[in-house]
Amino acid sequence: MKMWTAATALLSHWRRRPLQLGALLSGLALATALWSGVQAINAEARASYTRAAVVLDQNGLANLVSPNGSAIPQSAFVRLRRAGWSVSPVLEGDYRFGVTRLRVIGIEPLTMPAETNTVDLGNAGDVLSFITPPGMLFVSPRTAEKMRGQTDLALRVSDRMLDGAAFIDIGLAQKLLRREGELSRIVIAENQRSGLEPLEKLVPTLSVREPNAETDVEHLTESFHLNLTAFGFLAFAVGLFIVYATIGLAFEQRRPTFRTLRCLGVSLSALAVLLLAELVLFAIAAGAVGVAIGYLVASLLLPGVAATLEGLYGASVPGTLSLRPEWWVSGFAIAVAGTLVSSVQSLLRLTRVPLLAAAQPQTWGRSWQAGRRFQVLAAAALLALSGALLLWAEGLEAGFGVLGCLLLGASLLLPTVLSGFFTVMQRASSRALVTWFWADARQQLPGLSLALMALLLALAANVGVGTMVSSFRLTFVGWLDQRLAAELYVAARNEGEADRLRTWLATKVESVLPILSVDAEIRGQPMQIFGVADDPTYRMHWPLIVGMPDVWDQVASGQGVLVNEQFWRRDRLRIGDQLDLPGDWKPAVVGVYSDYGNPKGQVIAGINALTSRYPQVSRLRYGLRIQPDQVADLRSRLTDEFGLPPGNVVDQAALKEQSRRIFDRTFLVTGALNIFTLGVAALAMFSSLLTLSEMRLPQLAPVWALGVTRRDLALLEVLRTLVLWLATFIAALPLGLALAWVLLAVVNVEAFGWRLPMYIFPYEWLRLGLVALGAAVVSVFIPLRRLARVTPSELLKVFANER
Amino acid sequence: MIALRNLRKSYETAEGRLEVLRGVNLDLGAGDRVALMGESGSGKSTLLHLVAGLDRTDSGEITIGGRDISKLNDRERAAYRRTKVGLVFQQFNLVPSLDVAANIAFHAKLAGRHDPPWENELVARLGIGTLLTRYPEQLSIGQQQRVAIGRTLAARPGLVLADEPTGNLDEANGDAVLELMLSLSKGTGSTLLLVTHSQRLADRLDRQVHLRSGKIE
Repeated sequence: MKMWTAATALLSHWRRRPLQLGALLSGLALATALWSGVQAINAEARASYTRAAVVLDQNGLANLVSPNGSAIPQSAFVRLRRAGWSVSPVLEGDYRFGVTRLRVIGIEPLTMPAETNTVDLGNAGDVLSFITPPGMLFVSPRTAEKMRGQTDLALRVSDRMLDGAAFIDIGLAQKLLRREGELSRIVIAENQRSGLEPLEKLVPTLSVREPNAETDVEHLTESFHLNLTAFGFLAFAVGLFIVYATIGLAFEQRRPTFRTLRCLGVSLSALAVLLLAELVLFAIAAGAVGVAIGYLVASLLLPGVAATLEGLYGASVPGTLSLRPEWWVSGFAIAVAGTLVSSVQSLLRLTRVPLLAAAQPQTWGRSWQAGRRFQVLAAAALLALSGALLLWAEGLEAGFGVLGCLLLGASLLLPTVLSGFFTVMQRASSRALVTWFWADARQQLPGLSLALMALLLALAANVGVGTMVSSFRLTFVGWLDQRLAAELYVAARNEGEADRLRTWLATKVESVLPILSVDAEIRGQPMQIFGVADDPTYRMHWPLIVGMPDVWDQVASGQGVLVNEQFWRRDRLRIGDQLDLPGDWKPAVVGVYSDYGNPKGQVIAGINALTSRYPQVSRLRYGLRIQPDQVADLRSRLTDEFGLPPGNVVDQAALKEQSRRIFDRTFLVTGALNIFTLGVAALAMFSSLLTLSEMRLPQLAPVWALGVTRRDLALLEVLRTLVLWLATFIAALPLGLALAWVLLAVVNVEAFGWRLPMYIFPYEWLRLGLVALGAAVVSVFIPLRRLARVTPSELLKVFANER
Repeated sequence: MIALRNLRKSYETAEGRLEVLRGVNLDLGAGDRVALMGESGSGKSTLLHLVAGLDRTDSGEITIGGRDISKLNDRERAAYRRTKVGLVFQQFNLVPSLDVAANIAFHAKLAGRHDPPWENELVARLGIGTLLTRYPEQLSIGQQQRVAIGRTLAARPGLVLADEPTGNLDEANGDAVLELMLSLSKGTGSTLLLVTHSQRLADRLDRQVHLRSGKIE
């Protein structure tokens, strides 16, 4: 009962200050929302990778693979079966059915271990249809929809299948992929007979890949998820600034209540328990709201994330969200943990302050002044660490380390820089009110510093990520113009049609550029080798980064090949290095080209060299060079003559438009997260100004008494807020550009394997500045209204009462 | 010079309307130094605030230099406070964001009467030369009151209004502060209206007026 009475007294504070309670709960809820939203997205994606690994890669079982990534001869499988091993062969590769490219997984259903649960063929009749010609494709409903009209093979739909992949009989796979007698891997069943001859004796050139090993997609998308997590954490940290500031003030304002309660016999430990219980209660309430908002945010962002993952990595993630305990539990946990971390200082102060010490809400927030030197030292150390990581460390984690140290160091430095700026301005001014304006702005810094730091982080993230995306877009569009040089792209449905097409086109276009490719394992990585004709189109347009002077002659002769930038960087290749390509082909690297949006390595060879070494290569696709004004006519004639579906004849403009659309969709998520983070920072600013407005009267009353009108004071308050925002915005520009540079030159190179030039977009800054200005005006509105409504008698109380 | 006629002022309180001043009449001549006395709640501070143009009367006239300040709007009253009046309160006198030097010059600059030699003289006479770079929160109450007096007199106001300026000081400090105020205001020729509970302090002024139940006795 005694505890309940004390709790009622403590809680009455919030009843009298609903806006403060609102700031605390909304800050915590928003911080939790963005964190749990990002976690939900990551959890969904990872669950999807796991499902893909289990279903498509039989990742729950061990597999025999070739250590250097080359194909496994089918004879190895035969040897194992004859030795009594329960194993099953798999051949994988990409195959284009008309205009739909699928990951084809050839399996042998009769030997596939039952525990993989790969294909549910139901009855013997279905098994027979699967393994006998013409064969059957086992696909997801969505893939089946896309495949309509693209193949003559029977389609069998399964909800368990993932989009963009198909199970087929291994014999058919070998035929389609033109890899007769080859396997990608061999699945090993869990239960084997005893006394079998060891694998290392039977197939010494193969190695065992253990179950549940990290898949390629997991590895490739790691950077993306790390990126999302970093964004979520940034938003969470910004939200926590609000919580820290509000709790600090509330504790200080309630000190008379604490004093009274303790004088009335409530022990320090009981008081601490009550305050902790109050905080946990708020954290759970705000956490629940945060998790709900997080679910909403994740649901809204997930389709975009799925598009990004598919666009950048070819990873299939469903666009709908499941309520997974791992993220909503973590949402609650981080809400509670964040609240406790934000209140540790206040709770410690409660235990240290003498029982009868007077309340000093005006000194709230100034404790940092004592530690300002430490703050500057910490900032310098972080910035130095950022530089050191940049110079000497490698890897994606180091890249994020550079970013984290840079952002944190710069934000810690901000209050000191602003304080110095205001001091200079104060000294430079001679008019009384102007001097006071700058001095007062400096005095507000302790109370606003956390919010300003949060704002700096959000603005810098916006400038940095915006610059990165826009630079990427500009480069990408320019690159598309170079890369998509042919005016029209046509895809035949089969080899016979392709032969007829070539003959028909010979007299109707300036040149026909075959687009041929084969899948290959190079240096242990799955890649594609493209064949290009010796044509001026490539010599004039292809986006080379570096190359030998006679690069195209070397390619045409088959002595040299081009590699894409990501392969070049990942494997630290140099011009002149020899590549070991399948089929005992050892050409030299003679050039490097940019290849944005492709997560994998790629090689370009001369068309004759490619077709002579890989005669099985599919010859279905062609780029056509014609005069632009003839595109429409040729397109309709192609459709009429060959009955090709619209998707098989695509003009350059449509392809570019489609690529740009995919690009923009890819970065939609980034834009949304940017806006959310800025929103949280605006709330932090609003909450801080609101908090400060409660303590402004003792600072403003003397100035008012000396002859400055309330209206002028209110205008100066607006002006001061705008100056603080503007100063922070200006500080955010160089920081954001540094952030962009690190993203483009370090993180992107590590994450994607390509480096982009950096461009400056002042118009975007102006737009961001206007958004920030709008948020500033909104954030100052309520505190200003409160000030404008203050009556002379309230101002006079300052001179009469203890505050 | 200053004439208060039938001043009335009341406030809304939780218990209803409280009439603080019930028809105050008072005349002050130029250079007069008057002690305003009365019990707690008698309306001394309220009267001071009305004369300072900080608050509005319910009715009555406050004529200063032939001008009725009770009829001024917000902007005009702010100008009146800037140029005609100097205020010293018991506490929270100073602008917390400005150091002592800037605080002393602040009102004079606002009034358009910034006079560095005069400010230096005041600083010397008030004995606060070593405090110029300090901020109000770094000063004792006595030091703060000296600075507040310096700031008020630096602006050379025609009327100095002081609301228990020594209320937070011990006797010795209080006497010293008052002595300074009297001597400096005499030097500037300002009229001084000083609210005090202390008969001892009031005896040192030219005249005493007593406020009881909202009226001058």
